[in-house]
Amino acid sequence: MHKSIDQINQRIKEGSARVVTAEEMPGIVAELGEEGALKEVDVVTTGTFGAMCSSGAFLNFGHSEPPIRMERIWLNNVEAYGGLAAVDTFIGATQQSDTLEDQYGGAHVLEDLVAGKSIELRAISHGTDCYPRRTITTELLLENFNQAVMCNPRNAYQRYNAATNTTDRLLHTYMGTLLPNSGNVTFSGAGVLNPISNDPKFRLIGSGVPIFLCGAPGMVIGEGTQHSPAGGFGTLMVTGDMKKMNHDYIRAATMYGYGVTLYVGLGIPFPVLDLDVVRATAVRDDDISVDLIDYGVPSRNRPLVRKVTYAELRSGSVEIHGEEVRTSSLSSFRKARNVAQELKKWVESGSMLMALPTRKIDTVKSVHPMHETTKGPRVLDIMDRQVVSIAESEEIKTAAQKLLKGETNHLPVIDKTGRLVGIVTTFDVSKAVANPGKAKFVRDIMKKKVVTTTPDEAVDIAVQKLEQNNISALPVVDARQHVIAMLTAINLGKLFGGRWLK
Amino acid sequence: MKLLVNFSRGKGRGPIIAQVVRDTGVLINVERAVIDSSEGEALIEVPDDQCKLVRDTMTRLGAKVNILEHGINLNESECIDCGACISICPREVFSFDPEWKLKMAEERCVLCGKCIDACPHKALTLPL
Repeated sequence: MHKSIDQINQRIKEGSARVVTAEEMPGIVAELGEEGALKEVDVVTTGTFGAMCSSGAFLNFGHSEPPIRMERIWLNNVEAYGGLAAVDTFIGATQQSDTLEDQYGGAHVLEDLVAGKSIELRAISHGTDCYPRRTITTELLLENFNQAVMCNPRNAYQRYNAATNTTDRLLHTYMGTLLPNSGNVTFSGAGVLNPISNDPKFRLIGSGVPIFLCGAPGMVIGEGTQHSPAGGFGTLMVTGDMKKMNHDYIRAATMYGYGVTLYVGLGIPFPVLDLDVVRATAVRDDDISVDLIDYGVPSRNRPLVRKVTYAELRSGSVEIHGEEVRTSSLSSFRKARNVAQELKKWVESGSMLMALPTRKIDTVKSVHPMHETTKGPRVLDIMDRQVVSIAESEEIKTAAQKLLKGETNHLPVIDKTGRLVGIVTTFDVSKAVANPGKAKFVRDIMKKKVVTTTPDEAVDIAVQKLEQNNISALPVVDARQHVIAMLTAINLGKLFGGRWLK
Repeated sequence: MKLLVNFSRGKGRGPIIAQVVRDTGVLINVERAVIDSSEGEALIEVPDDQCKLVRDTMTRLGAKVNILEHGINLNESECIDCGACISICPREVFSFDPEWKLKMAEERCVLCGKCIDACPHKALTLPL
């Protein structure tokens, strides 16, 4: 059996279409069988409500008198893009306020506009013969814009890695607050209700397909940026009219220690054309698994802890190495349900008809990392190769002399074989001299736990080590733990005015 | 009932909590305490019917006592029911109801404030 899109749209127009949410579908298929479900159900609605950083809107202000060609633009002190002719802009959700920093951003501007609040526009220009005005400041409501079109480059991720943190430090990430020593797990995504998880082969999702976007009827533009369906990480680029949006489905947020983001409500209705659609929309939380990743490693390639399903994540806890660890969702399942329910009402009432893609979305590609032609600064570019070190068997007095002569504040301590075993600072030596008696040798006063770096480590990672440990120098070691250089706060000065800032 | 007790070192260095336990016979449960060289603050729990007795005795000994009627404050118009707070809370105050709406067991809250920064929507605030 097969139903055509016209048959389904006819039923929607007549008000006789049977519409269910993707959460109800597995039960219906279990009860009626696949053939029965195909006969019974005409449309399945999906929904998700979560942080979607890659969001924003095109705004058109209309011309002022005298006219201005806006070059730099701020909305409530959040800078918006000024390179779109004279009176258009794009405001991105994650752009932060010049004055309030992470407490207010582009996402808040978008939310405030939809909530009916007024926004202050401030713009400057150098002035031209045809656009003589140089500055403008005005208060605007959403209704004052000619167009306010949300256009989100990357929304509706098919699934998202879950996060934990095996280090002994509290981490603040875009995956929320991660407690030390795998103290919690965070995740995002609507699982059973997720749009792409209900159409993983992109048979029904594609350009021109109608969607629910923040309470307004919208449309899929095409594949989203970073679209990577090969690994199960498809994304969508979507658009919708902000003037029709509902404050319940668009919320600005701040991930503590990370920055501003926008919570977006998004849903897609699927016409039940054939058995393949029935099977795809019968997906359950148990069927969708994601990688649980250790965010304690600050690299693109973070280690996998284990695989988990949405069913496990949503149960409240997952097992890591034999221990039950509590989970937190960052997206709202309740709101995702509301999106799917609202969309169901739209279709039932005939206000949204189904359409097939006018252009298909790629189903096999995978995203590749950035092509980097110049490496960022590494430790070897700025480290100090003059190393003054000391043997652990030397007297403290010798250390004091070396510190003075070497004009340094840090002495790496080495053993007989030349391996790094500790570090002494000016402070350690002064303390030993001020309280004479107990300690005589360097080994008695050295700190044995030494934080080190390597020549090929990125300077940014080394700087993080300095900050996190509240220290001012790192011995640079080779594979044999021999100290080949030192990296101190002074060396970091080389970054300024040097070639790395060009 | 929960009481927030502030000690100022200037007003004597006596062991106030211990003395109140001895004098009144009320068993005080210390749920959270921060004490440094100049001042201290403790969140204690006492049976409801002995709350006034403990408060008056502590006040007489020089402590400042506030009766806490409420735990952490949840602003329902900002909360989107994500659950970011659930795994952060050391006292398991937060959970979902069967409809995936966030619910609070307010009596468990010791006002440690850990959930405040973890909430992406600034829906949680201290009641004082």
